[in-house]
Amino acid sequence: MRNSIGDQRPFYPRDRALHPPAFTPNYKSTVLRAPQQALLSLESSLSERTGPAFGHGLIGALDNDLIRNYGHGGEAIGQRIVVYGRVLDEDGRPQAGTLVEFWQANAGGRYRHKKEGYQAALDPNFGGCGRTLTDQDGVYSFRTVKPGAYPWPNGVNDWRPAHIHFSLFGHAFAQRLITQMYFEGDPMIRQCPIVRTIADDAAIEQLTARLDRQNTLPMDALAYRFDIVLRGRRSTVFENKLEGN
Amino acid sequence: MLNQLRPYRESASQTAGPYVHIGCTPNQAEITGVWAEDLGARMLQPQTKGERIVVEGIVYDGSGAPLKDAVIEIWQADAAGLYAGPGESRGAADPAFPGFGRQATDGDTGLFRFETIKPGRVPYDDGRLQAPHISVWIVARGINIGLSTRLYFADEAEANAADPVLLRVLDPRRRGTLIAAPAPGAEPGVYRFDIRLQGPDETVFFDI
Ligand SMILES: [Fe+2]
Repeated sequence: MRNSIGDQRPFYPRDRALHPPAFTPNYKSTVLRAPQQALLSLESSLSERTGPAFGHGLIGALDNDLIRNYGHGGEAIGQRIVVYGRVLDEDGRPQAGTLVEFWQANAGGRYRHKKEGYQAALDPNFGGCGRTLTDQDGVYSFRTVKPGAYPWPNGVNDWRPAHIHFSLFGHAFAQRLITQMYFEGDPMIRQCPIVRTIADDAAIEQLTARLDRQNTLPMDALAYRFDIVLRGRRSTVFENKLEGN
Repeated sequence: MLNQLRPYRESASQTAGPYVHIGCTPNQAEITGVWAEDLGARMLQPQTKGERIVVEGIVYDGSGAPLKDAVIEIWQADAAGLYAGPGESRGAADPAFPGFGRQATDGDTGLFRFETIKPGRVPYDDGRLQAPHISVWIVARGINIGLSTRLYFADEAEANAADPVLLRVLDPRRRGTLIAAPAPGAEPGVYRFDIRLQGPDETVFFDI
């Protein structure tokens, strides 16, 4: 399988129909923040087909263990879970050696953030951030506690379902993506105004991690599998020209 | 040829939310000790080649209020016009310049600030040279999918006038939203780049 690092082919156009539109008034913060003009379509150049590279030197031993990476010897409280999966592109090619960042609320649904006002308690041993690089098969994994649901100021009584925020780089700035992961079986997913900014039902399913009993860490943590797909690259005559050089 | 089957669909975007700093700029958000330095916080080393510049600005919402909870990322070529990452085949970029920067907007004022270098020129696919530019990506609460734009430099008028991307923006007023000018009253090398999400001066955002 072709290694996607160093690939110079242009990207498939982004399928905007599966993404949320900018203006989604049921998620009120978008009303003043959604651009109103149409996006200007750009045939990508090197500026979009290249992207930052991050090496293993960046990653510390506990960066992918949110149970232990903040506490000073103590462990975070909550349902212990492992979240893992593959980062692929639209052609199914693994995205190897790419940075994955994640952040979340603690088991009580409380973020460690000065603008956070929810009364649920902070956990002195939980910071809520982590990061890792995918391996040669595009696989990432980290250990954490399952985040709690939390209320947020939007409608009168809106709650976010349990979720983990993800940030992905791929190998090109055009692949840059921030998204959220939800947990299989949670009835609150479909009630959430942020989830419902996505009109495409299958796209919501794709953001829902599956409980994976086979990869449970015995006597330690449940496993959830969450695969992530980044934009892929077209094959064109242009590709042949480049590769023939 | 043009429309092959894609067996997988891209994962849908979701907003970065108000607590994006926990994951993207934890040290700046007072989550210290997990890792030493926020990703993209420092772009320059003493040996970095090129003209030192500062890019600063504010992201404004449709009511004219600054976004105090956004995160801005930039990606740019080095002083010689080479990118420091995969996809660059024309030569080795300056090893002392990562090309990537990330800053949160200030929680009180909304100001963002990057200390970087002025990028060199990068060719477009048809061989024309692009004017010096910086790719910019904006995420925040209320932004459902990251916004892509470009920053050009007001003191590159000749190169800007022939830039293949700027030429795509037909309305000169809109084109002006992509051009950073020397910040009034600031030291030389400080460029101001305000981003407006709505309104008559709405910044041009790209579908890249
Ligand atoms: Fe959240």
